[in-house]
Amino acid sequence: MPSTKLENFFIYNSNFGPREGEEHKKILFYHPPDVLLDNKIKQMGLCEAIVTFTHTFSPDHACEALHTQKTRQLFYQPEKDFWMIMTVTIPCNEKTGKDGQAYIEYHDEDVQDSVFDAVLKTSYKMFRLFMGTFSRILERFNVEVLKQRLEHFFLRYLGTLRLATSDILDVFNGIHFLPLDKNMYLRIQCFINLTEATFGQVKYTAFLYNDQLVWSGLEQDDMRILYKYLTTSLFPSALESELGGKESPKGAAPTPVTGSAHYGRYITGPPDMKDPTNLGKVPRIYVNTETSYEELYLIVYRALSATICLMVDASVAPSFDLYQKLDSFIGPQLSSLGSDISEQYAKKASSSDPVFKYIYFNHMNLATKSTVHTKKSATTTITNIPPDIMRILGDINADFYRHGASRAEEDGETIMKTMSDCWVVGKKSDQREFYVVLNQKNANLIEINEEVKKLCATNFNNIFFLD
Amino acid sequence: MYLVRPDVLADLPVMSSPSSGARSTSLRTFHTAWCTSSRDSSCLRDKLQFTTNMLVKVESSWSWETSKMADDSFYLELSRSPIRFDPVSNVNNVFFDENNRQVFAVRSGGATGVVVKGPDAKTSINFRMEDKGSVISIKFSYDLKILAIQRCYKTVEFMNFGQAVDPVEYSQSCKGKTTKIIGFNWVAINEVVFITDHGLEYYQVIPEKKTLKSMKTYNVSVNWFVYLPESALLLLSSSTLGNVLHPYLFRAGQVFKLPKFEVDLPVVPKPPKLCLLERDVTMAQIYGQVYIIVLRHQPRGPGHASAEVVLYQLQKESPAKKTNVLRLDMSGRFAVNIVDNLIVVHHQASKTSMIFDIKLQSETESDGYVTYHHPVLSPLPIKPFKLRVTGVPTVAGPEVKEINCELYSPNWIVFQPSIIIDAKLGCLWTVCLKLEPLVTMIPDKCRLMDFLLLRRDCKMVILSVCKQMLTPGRQCNLPTIASIFDKLNRVYRSYLEEETAYAQAVEIAQARGTGTPKRPQRSQAVIDQSDMYTHVLSIFVDNKEIKYKFMVAVLVEYIRSLSQFQIPVQHYLYELVINTLVQNNCFYQLHQFLQYHVLSDSKPIACLMLSLESVYPPAHQLALDMLKRLSTANEEIIEVLLSKHQLLTALRFIRSVGIVDTVSARKFLEAAHATEDNMLFYTVFKFFEQRNLRLRGNPRFAPGEHCEQYISHFLMTFGEDALTTVVQ
Repeated sequence: MPSTKLENFFIYNSNFGPREGEEHKKILFYHPPDVLLDNKIKQMGLCEAIVTFTHTFSPDHACEALHTQKTRQLFYQPEKDFWMIMTVTIPCNEKTGKDGQAYIEYHDEDVQDSVFDAVLKTSYKMFRLFMGTFSRILERFNVEVLKQRLEHFFLRYLGTLRLATSDILDVFNGIHFLPLDKNMYLRIQCFINLTEATFGQVKYTAFLYNDQLVWSGLEQDDMRILYKYLTTSLFPSALESELGGKESPKGAAPTPVTGSAHYGRYITGPPDMKDPTNLGKVPRIYVNTETSYEELYLIVYRALSATICLMVDASVAPSFDLYQKLDSFIGPQLSSLGSDISEQYAKKASSSDPVFKYIYFNHMNLATKSTVHTKKSATTTITNIPPDIMRILGDINADFYRHGASRAEEDGETIMKTMSDCWVVGKKSDQREFYVVLNQKNANLIEINEEVKKLCATNFNNIFFLD
Repeated sequence: MYLVRPDVLADLPVMSSPSSGARSTSLRTFHTAWCTSSRDSSCLRDKLQFTTNMLVKVESSWSWETSKMADDSFYLELSRSPIRFDPVSNVNNVFFDENNRQVFAVRSGGATGVVVKGPDAKTSINFRMEDKGSVISIKFSYDLKILAIQRCYKTVEFMNFGQAVDPVEYSQSCKGKTTKIIGFNWVAINEVVFITDHGLEYYQVIPEKKTLKSMKTYNVSVNWFVYLPESALLLLSSSTLGNVLHPYLFRAGQVFKLPKFEVDLPVVPKPPKLCLLERDVTMAQIYGQVYIIVLRHQPRGPGHASAEVVLYQLQKESPAKKTNVLRLDMSGRFAVNIVDNLIVVHHQASKTSMIFDIKLQSETESDGYVTYHHPVLSPLPIKPFKLRVTGVPTVAGPEVKEINCELYSPNWIVFQPSIIIDAKLGCLWTVCLKLEPLVTMIPDKCRLMDFLLLRRDCKMVILSVCKQMLTPGRQCNLPTIASIFDKLNRVYRSYLEEETAYAQAVEIAQARGTGTPKRPQRSQAVIDQSDMYTHVLSIFVDNKEIKYKFMVAVLVEYIRSLSQFQIPVQHYLYELVINTLVQNNCFYQLHQFLQYHVLSDSKPIACLMLSLESVYPPAHQLALDMLKRLSTANEEIIEVLLSKHQLLTALRFIRSVGIVDTVSARKFLEAAHATEDNMLFYTVFKFFEQRNLRLRGNPRFAPGEHCEQYISHFLMTFGEDALTTVVQ
């Protein structure tokens, strides 16, 4: 069965070609590129029309999605008058009817608005992180530059989208936090404070261990998208290049960087501390775009599994001297923190409780936990429940928020039994959501309810989570 | 006998001052003993002979030097109000007793009066006694009820001091015809020990019978002795060289002979003669341990110029162990005091003093057995002392003059632990340590803190150092601040441990009905959280010149240090962190701190978080979680939920924690009524009807619940039929 694919993705601003015959000027970016301009304009024109049309009926809420038999179209207006449109295909398969006639069956329910809406919004935020806002680029430069940047960014970004495996986690777009004891956490805190105090250029710092966040000096929204970038793009590619380098007969165990007493090295920054001519590639990022609109360099440094992201004021490009100083300052300390955390982490992992299938999300701190998803390799994640059950989770989640803001305030619980005799329970208490999948074939509703109560009592005894 | 021996006199320094010929001539007339420790109760007159007018000369010659130095350039000073006594003269003999710290001025052998001055009024006594010849030594017993006087080398006389002086004396002679009494000491109430050239004789005094009972005698040939009153420890010197030392400990009516030990000498003269002299040996308690402190003069000549102080630590089972060597890097005449566990070495020639701290690690080297120390700071003079004296009477009354005392005067006699007597002036001072000037003298803050933490009255000084290290302009870097916090909290932790152990000991003692155990005595100050908060941190966060990042870093560093030493952090410190973060809109950072329980749960913190909800909505969730974890805050949780009109959540909550039967129905009905949501009110009403039914078999509210107002509201809204009725 063909799965969901990206049909098209485009960005337009209706103000840019107000006169007839200039409609093409409205299009700022269009994917796929090899579509006739005429078709591009038609697609965009349709969207314009739908947006305007629906506005009549719902002036407060703009159009979000358009369902057709073969496609699903998502609408998003990230900045005033800028619209982003993403169209995905509906999965289908060929069937033979009673009359022996072959026909194509479309699985409309397989595509969830909430999931692709989230994918679309994330794509904008990712662009904003690296390029800044559309309007700011226009202010500082011109439409051509904006078009260039959109092209430059989205051409690559769209290639990394994995629409077929997008699910409820994309909706949450949360953060995995590393469970750590207080003393270890304070040590990390003090290390970060010391780094920031020693290097005045460093404006913000984030600390991660593997893919788990420990500390963010950035605000939550910026961290959320940076976290997404780090864990889905930068770290996997860094790991790949590292694995690529492993072909040299170095062995699997981490070895200190030659010539130094620690394990630290730059992921973004100079690849070789002995080569002052190669400063490496350091991305620029834009944070606090709503308020102070800061432009920063993102220097990422890793020792063992501990990563520190140093966000340095972009007004002065970091020199090799700074990189060297940072390396000798951070390297040893980060190496020792990294090894101490791994020790503690190993202890925790060995004493882990029996795993049941659940997903947890807290809107307040974006904390996400899932025993449903497992990372198979750097870039692919697999789930241990069938896609239809995964979709049910998404549906329950969407249902909690279906009826607008007033509903979102309320707590709720949904218990479902699937055709395959699987129980799916979704709970929402205050700002937290909790989903469990139970494979108890002959259980009844009361038993399932009891089971979930037990799980909550044992797992959420330290938070205010009512059942 | 014990007097100033010829060897002491022979070694007298010839002091010369290049600037003042007048002074050097007058000084030369003083026959004094500048030694490590002049012996107790010895007659001071024999060491000094002077006339009063000479005194004035000395003062004037000194004045030019003193005014030059600022007040904060001294780390040692003499006590402000010295004990004054009549100076030594032809008719006035002066004695000092280390046991009771009393100065005895004996005029005309006691016939014209004995004036005793002690540290307080109780120990200051005046009396007369018959002149039976010149006194060699005179001391009161511990309880001041018996006075012992030695007038010859064969006997010691005793006088009872009850309410009044009993003039009848009784005496005790030493054993053996050729035996001579070198000296005597009170070792406990009514227990006295004679030190003779043949050993020691230990007696019990029975004042009622006016007799003494011999308890124990040890035979050993004795050159001289040293006594440490705090430990009731006697040290006898024997052998030809004088370097074999025998310690004796007096405890509960018994004498314990401790293993003897030998002090190594730099050179052994041929033929052998007494080398280790009494004046070079002292005993003192330093950091709770008894040390024998030996001043070791190096033979003259190149490469051996400087003298050393060698410390032998007394052991119970084995001979005293040589543990520390203090490098003086000077030679000449020295005297030693112990001030606040510091070894103070006065050097007469340079008129300076050095301080050594055997616990301070930073200026030491060790060969595995012995630790070698250098002075904590470069040698400095004691702070000049001005003495108010009554001069020549004038018409307007006696003229009061302020005179500068000569410091490091040859007339000084040094006693343990920290006493300096100028018998010619008639002054007794204690040497005191001035901590404030040290703050600027030791630039390395970590070392300064190590030093201060070992001192007795260091608290305010430490706090001011802490305050200073956070003040803009004089700020220390974070690693230094961190290590200082760790130093403070290491001490704090050990204090808490001692307190816990003490509390347990008290508990056990109470359970067994035995006496209350002794509270642990601390020589060190403890800087606890409330001190830090009050004197340092709360002031620090109010300073508008300091960047909030640095503030947070410092506060977190302090909390980190406390946590690392497993000291529970008080909520007011958390409040400082929270307020600092809130004032700078760092809510997300605050959120992360709470998420990792860096800021521990408490009701005050939860309430603080609740108050932040309007500026940072997630604070509400954080507060509820915290209250839930506290598990003693169910009432507060209900209040929070009701105030937010979350009636159903509140009902579910009381059900989940099993307190449905005990909560006030009125409170819930009131909140439900306030929502003006009839269905909600109905639900809540029904919920409590069910409770009533379960508790009392009747859905009606009891009169004591004061729900009448809401019952009538219910009746008005839903009618009587809506009330639950009991099916009979």
